[in-house]
Amino acid sequence: MSNRRLAPASEQPESFAFTQENAAWAKGQIEKYPEGRQASAVIPLLWKAQEQNGGWLPRRAIEAVADELGMPHIRVLEVATFYTMFALEPVGRFWIQLCGTVPCDSCGARELKGMLQARLGPAGHVSADGNFSWLEVECLGACCNAPMVQINQDYYEDLTPESLGTLMDDLAAGRPVNVGSQTGRVSSEPQGGAATLSDPTLFDGSRVGAWRQRFEDKNKAEGDEARAKDEAASTEARAATEPKIAKPDAGRPVERPVSDAPAQRAAGGDAPIKADDHADAAERGRSIAKHGSARPGDADVLDSPAKRVAEGEPAGAEAGAQSDLPRDAVPPQPEASGASENAPAAKPSEPSTKPAEPSAKPAKSDPAT
Amino acid sequence: MLADQDRIFTNLYGLHSPGLEAAQKRGAWDGTKFLLEMGRDWIIDEMKASGLRGRGGAGFPTGLKWSFMPKKSDGRPHYLVVNADESEPGTCKDREIMRHDPHLLIEGCMLASFAMAAHACYIYIRGEYVAEKHALQRAVDEAYAARLVGQDNVHGYPFDIYVHHGAGAYICGEETALLESLEGKKGMPRLKPPFPANMGLYGCPTTVNNVESIAVAGTILRRGGAWFAGLGGKNNTGTKLFCVSGHVNKPCNVEEELGITFRELVDKHCGGMRGGWDNLLCSIPGGSSVPLVPAEQIIDAKMDFDTLRNLGSGLGTAAVIVLDRSTDIVQAIARIAYFYKHESCGQCTPCREGTGWMWRVMLRMAEGRAQKREIDMLLDVTKQIEGHTICALGDAAAWPIQGLIRHFRPEIEKRIDRYSANPHSDAVPMAAE
Repeated sequence: MSNRRLAPASEQPESFAFTQENAAWAKGQIEKYPEGRQASAVIPLLWKAQEQNGGWLPRRAIEAVADELGMPHIRVLEVATFYTMFALEPVGRFWIQLCGTVPCDSCGARELKGMLQARLGPAGHVSADGNFSWLEVECLGACCNAPMVQINQDYYEDLTPESLGTLMDDLAAGRPVNVGSQTGRVSSEPQGGAATLSDPTLFDGSRVGAWRQRFEDKNKAEGDEARAKDEAASTEARAATEPKIAKPDAGRPVERPVSDAPAQRAAGGDAPIKADDHADAAERGRSIAKHGSARPGDADVLDSPAKRVAEGEPAGAEAGAQSDLPRDAVPPQPEASGASENAPAAKPSEPSTKPAEPSAKPAKSDPAT
Repeated sequence: MLADQDRIFTNLYGLHSPGLEAAQKRGAWDGTKFLLEMGRDWIIDEMKASGLRGRGGAGFPTGLKWSFMPKKSDGRPHYLVVNADESEPGTCKDREIMRHDPHLLIEGCMLASFAMAAHACYIYIRGEYVAEKHALQRAVDEAYAARLVGQDNVHGYPFDIYVHHGAGAYICGEETALLESLEGKKGMPRLKPPFPANMGLYGCPTTVNNVESIAVAGTILRRGGAWFAGLGGKNNTGTKLFCVSGHVNKPCNVEEELGITFRELVDKHCGGMRGGWDNLLCSIPGGSSVPLVPAEQIIDAKMDFDTLRNLGSGLGTAAVIVLDRSTDIVQAIARIAYFYKHESCGQCTPCREGTGWMWRVMLRMAEGRAQKREIDMLLDVTKQIEGHTICALGDAAAWPIQGLIRHFRPEIEKRIDRYSANPHSDAVPMAAE
């Protein structure tokens, strides 16, 4: 903490009041904060008071600010003594704040300090001509341009004791000075110019909007997906309403469009599933196999085991009679079996249980090509 | 080296106009409405995906911080407060953003406020930055005039932005001290919890972010979290402004990828080490609050959060202070100890008393006017300050001294030997004089 006190009574002015212009400015500052939070404006108002009073804050100014904001005097006094930029004692016309923290310290702030001490005497005292007073302060945040000083409101950077001396001479004589770097740097770029940020397209506006590509690509990808979905749907719809025209197959095993696919029925306004199929499926507990057939679709055959069962006879009435073939006949072989290679009997003999022609070829949905 | 196309702060050096028109040509305020229309959750998700860690020193993920704000307002307004109280010794990056690329910051404020349902934003700028305050205010006025911000703006989201000026207190860079200061009080940190996301400015939900964290938001949202996450390394993503000061040939600010090595950073951008690499003594890689790292450890280290933490230091604000062999390192750390003594707010006893005590002992050690057992005593005192204060200033005061003792104890001892080898008329005093 720093121990900061108000200036002795002998230096305090009798009164303080904001000029009309500054009072109006203060009103504007107070408006930046919500209703009832005007205390937030205490620092800006103290700044203005300090500026109006030649760079330091007398007791009367602190009280005036407190009254303006409706704060107890002690609260504003606390603020004024807490923040080190409020000078509580008179300062010179040019108030030099020398940064003495490590980056500046290691780059020559100590030489500047020695020079100021030699020229102006100890810190905190106004020089005889009233022009200067100086103070070593903590980091001013211009470390890449060390060492530096702040004189009133302006930063002067990249200093040497000589250039600071010249600067002070110029200020005292009212000559114009360059704010900022004293060695010709624009700001904190490397001395002699930066190797970076040389691409002209960064500055001419040609790169503006280039980033939107990212969103367009994304939208496009999403659009493609949606379109693909749409196509699949429309193909299905077309298969229903415009079945492909049958073509002569010239004996080739081709798939033919069917005329009774559920999709077609649906498109024609019929129920997609035949009413009697519905009825068959709905009646639970009843086999959908036709009377006497082993499997749905099996034709009625004479003497099939199923028929026998249906007629109340035991299926295996003749013991061992699993086949209707005569005993000396070659039993039918499965078509793809290796056993059929050379045997003339390889041609499957027509089994007596001839499968019935299905009533309709099962509907095949037209592949969405 | 980072490609120019991937730099966010294209007017870092102020070679071009900071005005609105030029800023728009550089890509600021480009499609802000489009980004806002993507929605609150999208913005926060993109920020999370970018892996951006807060640029103010602590390195907390920014997207996560934004998501802590209440989703639905309970009637209290929400606030965004931008911490432009840049006072960490060695750090001078936010200054360049505010005076040269202010529109990136203002646009970032708009986007961040929208993501957190805040309709007002305060930028707390340090007292010394008078020119920067004027530059920023000018940019804010331009944005109001162009109806980019304000109650009735082109983006359709009522939003006000105010520049608030501080008065020179380092402690106001701590988020709760900053809020106190913004409320017109002394900048003394608050106890947490309650955290600012619940009880911040004027008792309302508030998020405090560093200038750089906010200013990169617009570019990240435009180019995508994935782009930002693709730069740097895992968990240390993106670009960062490095402020290289001290004993390099050309000190400068530069935007680089996180994870660039110290050697590359200095060689490529700062004209190399003054007197060659053999002349490097040590570096303080993240502003004065972090412990120093000796030359042999830092020289090829990656400059990112995790690598430097593993070296017993930290990236902090990426304010790289480079010190060569001409430096009186004990004196330099004593100067840092003085800084913390000066800037302690006086609220917690360990810090108020401890910072002054440490500084006085450090001063004697810089001369050699001490006992060797006092080195351990000093280390012990730093441990008693660390972690026993409301805010991190106590830690920040303790760490540089711990770093010094860790790496340069022989140097301190040598000094004590040299002092005691010579005749002196005054007796060597005890530590707590």
